[in-house]
Amino acid sequence: MNAVFQVNNLNKSFGGLTVANGISLSMEQGDRVALIGPNGAGKTTFINLVTGHMPPDSGSVALRGADITRLGPTARVRKGLVRSFQVTRLFSDMTPAEHVALAVLQRTGRSGRVFGNFGAMPDVMAEVSEGLKALGIDHIANHKVSEIAYGQQRLLEIALALALKPNVLLLDEPAAGVPQSDTSRIEEALAGLPDDLAVLMIDHDMDLVFRFARRVVVLAAGTIIFDGTPQDVAKDARVREAYLGNYANARSSV
Amino acid sequence: MAIQRAIAAEGKVDAGPNWLLRDLMGLAAVLAVAGIGYLLFPNNLALLTRITAIALLVLSLDLVTGYCGIATLGHAALFGSGAYAAGIAAVHFDITDPFAMAAVGAVGGAAAGLLAGAIMLRGRGLAQLVLSIAIVYLFHETANKASNWTGGSDGLAGISPDPVFGIFGFDLWGRTAYVFGIAILAVVFVLLRLLVRSPFGMLCRGIREDPVRVSAMGASVNGTLLRMYAISGAVAGLGGALNAISTQVVGLDSLSFTTSAEALVMLVVGGTGSLFGALVGTLTFMWFEDFVSAINPFHWLTIIGALLIAVVLFAPNGLYGTATQLLHRVWNKR
Ligand SMILES: Nc1ncnc2c1ncn2[C@@H]1O[C@H](COP(=O)(O)OP(=O)(O)OP(=O)(O)O)[C@@H](O)[C@H]1O
Ligand SMILES: [Mg+2]
Repeated sequence: MNAVFQVNNLNKSFGGLTVANGISLSMEQGDRVALIGPNGAGKTTFINLVTGHMPPDSGSVALRGADITRLGPTARVRKGLVRSFQVTRLFSDMTPAEHVALAVLQRTGRSGRVFGNFGAMPDVMAEVSEGLKALGIDHIANHKVSEIAYGQQRLLEIALALALKPNVLLLDEPAAGVPQSDTSRIEEALAGLPDDLAVLMIDHDMDLVFRFARRVVVLAAGTIIFDGTPQDVAKDARVREAYLGNYANARSSV
Repeated sequence: MAIQRAIAAEGKVDAGPNWLLRDLMGLAAVLAVAGIGYLLFPNNLALLTRITAIALLVLSLDLVTGYCGIATLGHAALFGSGAYAAGIAAVHFDITDPFAMAAVGAVGGAAAGLLAGAIMLRGRGLAQLVLSIAIVYLFHETANKASNWTGGSDGLAGISPDPVFGIFGFDLWGRTAYVFGIAILAVVFVLLRLLVRSPFGMLCRGIREDPVRVSAMGASVNGTLLRMYAISGAVAGLGGALNAISTQVVGLDSLSFTTSAEALVMLVVGGTGSLFGALVGTLTFMWFEDFVSAINPFHWLTIIGALLIAVVLFAPNGLYGTATQLLHRVWNKR
């Protein structure tokens, strides 16, 4: 019973559409959870709800035993709950080095400094180069984000999240929109995530999901209909009905 | 390690000596233009000083508009607050040392910036723009009504600053005021160039592009913007104080909608988000306005309008922004 991340009975509806229906989920250190489900099941909404980007109708979220339901999104990040976005959100006229530097500065309480430059802060520069190298994008450290390939932008999203040294990392379709040839890089990055980190990843790519996850959670119409091992998920009748029937669909839409 | 060296060598993350050179060149350009102005127009120093004061306003506007992405049509509220703060300090409290007056102006501007920012950040987009107009009207009305303190529509007269360092009096030719103003502008410009490259400046640029991403990095968006508003207010307030010191009177026009709108036009003419553009825009616009209104007092507004359309059509990134773009292209072709 040492859950780092615990969600209790989370509910949310948009008008008549229920997108979170009593969701409860807990994660421990080192967990590798894949959250899957058909398009529109409420996966991204789940992340928005737990990170505070969207208020839930009811329910609670706790991080390392402390209730964080009433905190805003920035405070939750500072407590170690970090997410990535389904559609890359980066600063188009900044470089990958600047992105990671900003995250490091923020984490270490230096992002408010009005003088100085990270280029002159050896510890920040060391982390920047280490972080970018870990994801294999150090060679484009100084190119503007608007000039780098989308697959590299996705890797930068992950580097950015990791530079915040999270306890719990929520990845929203880290491989979405990445050409097949580049997904192996993303997969390597996922395999190389710190061991003690609890990771929840949303993805539609079943091959990626099965290689990554030690636990699979299936969401359909805002309800968790399965929570178990990757071996069992394909055998589950409800999952088949709700999700795998749409598998071909889901894949082609990625 | 290799990448560290690569970053330093390329200098693209603004960490190398590149930017320092650029800033020093910028400073040299400011001082050179100021010197040329002094030599060419010795009888028109009052105008040059006013351009200097307005340049501080437009620099201040660039901080919130160019670096934080907040469009505002009420920025003169901060400039005027600085002007009135310095003027009231001199007239009602006998604070007549020019440096002290400038400091009071900066503080007054910063306070106005905090207030304006706190209101502005309640809205987004168009609503925010409307709020900015409401703010400048409210400031204007407040100054108009508080005539015991501000002189109302007659303006606040009777400001007589002491000589600078007790030596250089504010004479009829305005030499002292001009040199005093250029000194303030040069110092502020260098400090702001450092500011926009600092971690705080990077954070602001991030917010301009995507506030949600910034909050997902754990940084407070509104806290950061409010802080920038206070800094911006201090800069605008310095400009206002300079205007009060040099003209020895503060009028309601210093916190008018017109001044606010003109400041935004100057920024767009020069180009946003570089600070250099703010200076280029102010100088171009105000010199052009003076020149055109002198040769054709009847149609000068038409000609100004034509200039604006030409800039927006042919130099969409502003004069400075477009010029640097062209230079880059030429450079890359070599
Ligand atoms: N802000 C919102 N207002 C109204 N409806 C919303 C909002 N955000 C999401 N929805 C709806 O909620 C449902 C769930 O959306 P969500 O983005 O969570 O799905 P998802 O499981 O992430 O799907 P996908 O696999 O396509 O990313 C969808 O029907 C969507 O249209
Ligand atoms: Mg989604």
